[in-house]
Amino acid sequence: MMPNMNMVESVNNALDTMLSKDNNVIMFGEDIGYFGGVFRTCDGLQEKHGKHRVFDSPLSEGGIAATAFGMGINGLRPVVEIQFADYIFPAYDQIVNEMAKVRHRSGGEFWCPVTIRTPAGGGIRGGHHHSQSPEAQFTHTPGLKVVYCSTPYNAKGLLISAVEDNDPVIFFEPKRCYRGPFYGDPHNVPTWSGHPEAEVPESHYSIPLGEARLAMEGDRCTVISWGAMVHVCEQAIRDSGISCDLIDLQTLVPWDREAVVSSIQKTGRCVIVHEAPKTSGFGAEMAASIQERCFWSLESPIERVTGWDTPFPHTTEWDYMPGPDRVAAAIAKTQEN
Amino acid sequence: MSEGNGTDPLHVPDAPHRPGDQAGFVEWPWSPGDLDKPDIDCDAPETASLAEGLVRVLGDDNKASGNWDPELSVEQMISGLEHMMRLRIFDDRMMKMQRTGKLSFYMRSFGEEAVAIAQTMALKNQDWLFPTYRQPGAQFVRGRDMVSMICHCIGNEMDNVKGRQMPVHYTYRDGRFISVSSPVGTQFSQAVGVALASDYKGLDEVTITWIGDGASAEGDYHYALNFASIFQAPVILNVVNNQWAISTHKNFASKNGNFAVRGLPYGIPSIRVDGNDFLALYSVTAWARERASVGLGPTHIEVLTYRAGAHSSSDDPSRYRPSDIHSFWPGGDPIYRLRDHLKEIGEWSDEKHQKLSERIDSEVMAAYKEAVKFGDLANGPYPSSDAIFTEVYENPPWHLEEQWDEMKTWRDS
Repeated sequence: MMPNMNMVESVNNALDTMLSKDNNVIMFGEDIGYFGGVFRTCDGLQEKHGKHRVFDSPLSEGGIAATAFGMGINGLRPVVEIQFADYIFPAYDQIVNEMAKVRHRSGGEFWCPVTIRTPAGGGIRGGHHHSQSPEAQFTHTPGLKVVYCSTPYNAKGLLISAVEDNDPVIFFEPKRCYRGPFYGDPHNVPTWSGHPEAEVPESHYSIPLGEARLAMEGDRCTVISWGAMVHVCEQAIRDSGISCDLIDLQTLVPWDREAVVSSIQKTGRCVIVHEAPKTSGFGAEMAASIQERCFWSLESPIERVTGWDTPFPHTTEWDYMPGPDRVAAAIAKTQEN
Repeated sequence: MSEGNGTDPLHVPDAPHRPGDQAGFVEWPWSPGDLDKPDIDCDAPETASLAEGLVRVLGDDNKASGNWDPELSVEQMISGLEHMMRLRIFDDRMMKMQRTGKLSFYMRSFGEEAVAIAQTMALKNQDWLFPTYRQPGAQFVRGRDMVSMICHCIGNEMDNVKGRQMPVHYTYRDGRFISVSSPVGTQFSQAVGVALASDYKGLDEVTITWIGDGASAEGDYHYALNFASIFQAPVILNVVNNQWAISTHKNFASKNGNFAVRGLPYGIPSIRVDGNDFLALYSVTAWARERASVGLGPTHIEVLTYRAGAHSSSDDPSRYRPSDIHSFWPGGDPIYRLRDHLKEIGEWSDEKHQKLSERIDSEVMAAYKEAVKFGDLANGPYPSSDAIFTEVYENPPWHLEEQWDEMKTWRDS
């Protein structure tokens, strides 16, 4: 019997695994040292691995990223936390212009094996600045890998791959799913207990970056999502009664085009769902690529269900986040032709 | 390959006290009257002793002394006391309501009530306030109605932020209190711009802003000092050193523990002031205002205080510091210190204090009862979700109009 972990525990376990395995892994971020992080993902790690390996940083996201960059090019493997993805922007220059480009700009002499972990997404009444899902701000930057986990099992396996990767990786953790899957109903708050994806081995394992996960299998539509929305899609597919492939993308750059294309060639229909705003969202990139590869297989237009092109609200967040009703309607719409 | 240098890897600081430790602080070496008030046209080096020391007015004997004593009238002091008491009682009420789900989140100003209240009282009404989430008390000074503040916090139909931001992210244009943003530190350098706009327009307006000790590690802090200094902005730049940024001790923000002196190499006159001493805070701020007002530029102030409570309703400080630590703070409690001074000069009594406290308590209760008539987070009604789409731009472009219609279809189905 494997231990049953929620996502806080599996992230913690992945970090613990990598700190134990590789002495060059070093972790810092705001409140992650003594306190163990505001979401507790780093709980106990300083005590176990030492203050010189897991420590608090000044409140300076730019400083965190820059310091991680320096450590990374000098042989360490920093895993840093940005407390909320909304707060990553002071680090944007360091990430986009520095980390992402140093391998290329130095003719391959220097590289930056940094992992930036950051809780993202809404559903916790966080308003404008504790809810955003800024993955597309990073998928547009050559040189970065972008990962978005969705379950305890893939959180650990993907995080280990991210840490072991020799390129900089932005690792988004859907904070709404830390303690349970999210099916789109704020009044239904299940835990991970008993969920098959919460069976997480204690030992080291990895999920390759760039491989999608087939979360549900069907033949009439391909639903593609990542992060918390994967569970919303699962609910929507159940509600719709339509047999669908549900592809949990897991890695956005590089994304698993082969898995997506072969599914759509089978189903002929596609719905892309993300929490982030629609305009220039990663769904747009996928839709463009899908029509290039699957044009002759598509039986209906590709549907996108996304957050609105507005800031994320506080009290009315359930009118903002895509829910199972919107996703199910999009699935049904693809069946009209 | 390089060889080892034989030292321990990495110097990582720590907080001085952790749970289970005996809390305590070194007694302050500074007394009222130690430091003289310089001329307002002094230059930065002349303020070095003020930045390295601590301006105090209220002594341990509850008497006011030294030439920083602002010599406030009894009415002004009682007014300050009342504002501080109102803030504390208001905070306690809101925290209780947070625990019942009537609001999603809350942040008290516990232990730091004097900061925004004394400093705002030392300004003029035309002056701009650019606060963090820990200066809501300034709104009381500027006359904001408590009902309106509560409506924001409980996210109901009357929330003037229209359900867009978390509680405590107040905005109050009538009181020149500029909208609070969650990302820490951003307001500090923006405030310099506000001040320069006033200067450009030739108006007698000063801008005051605050940043935490933790957030002073953000680049925004340094942008602010540099721009303010170079352009001689009429701005008052306060670092509220309350020792903690959630669980991160100020030892992670400053090696030597002094924030005030950082203004000196930027060429900005700099002062450290006892943040729990209402009179000292008032006086230092009035001095800075006068400098700004006559074109002498910015002043940099470290407000030395202690975050007596949790960072927020989501925080549990007993996990990272001794639970009773704030009771050992050498600066004491800002409310009690002003109360005891008023008693010392024969203008206040325990009975008066008790009566005032009861009156405020019933005012806060009445305001709360009035506010919940318009809904609360647990039960609604909320501001209309149409507010998701309004004011994103001055006028919604076509794609927002289209998505707005789509949202309405789902909402109303």
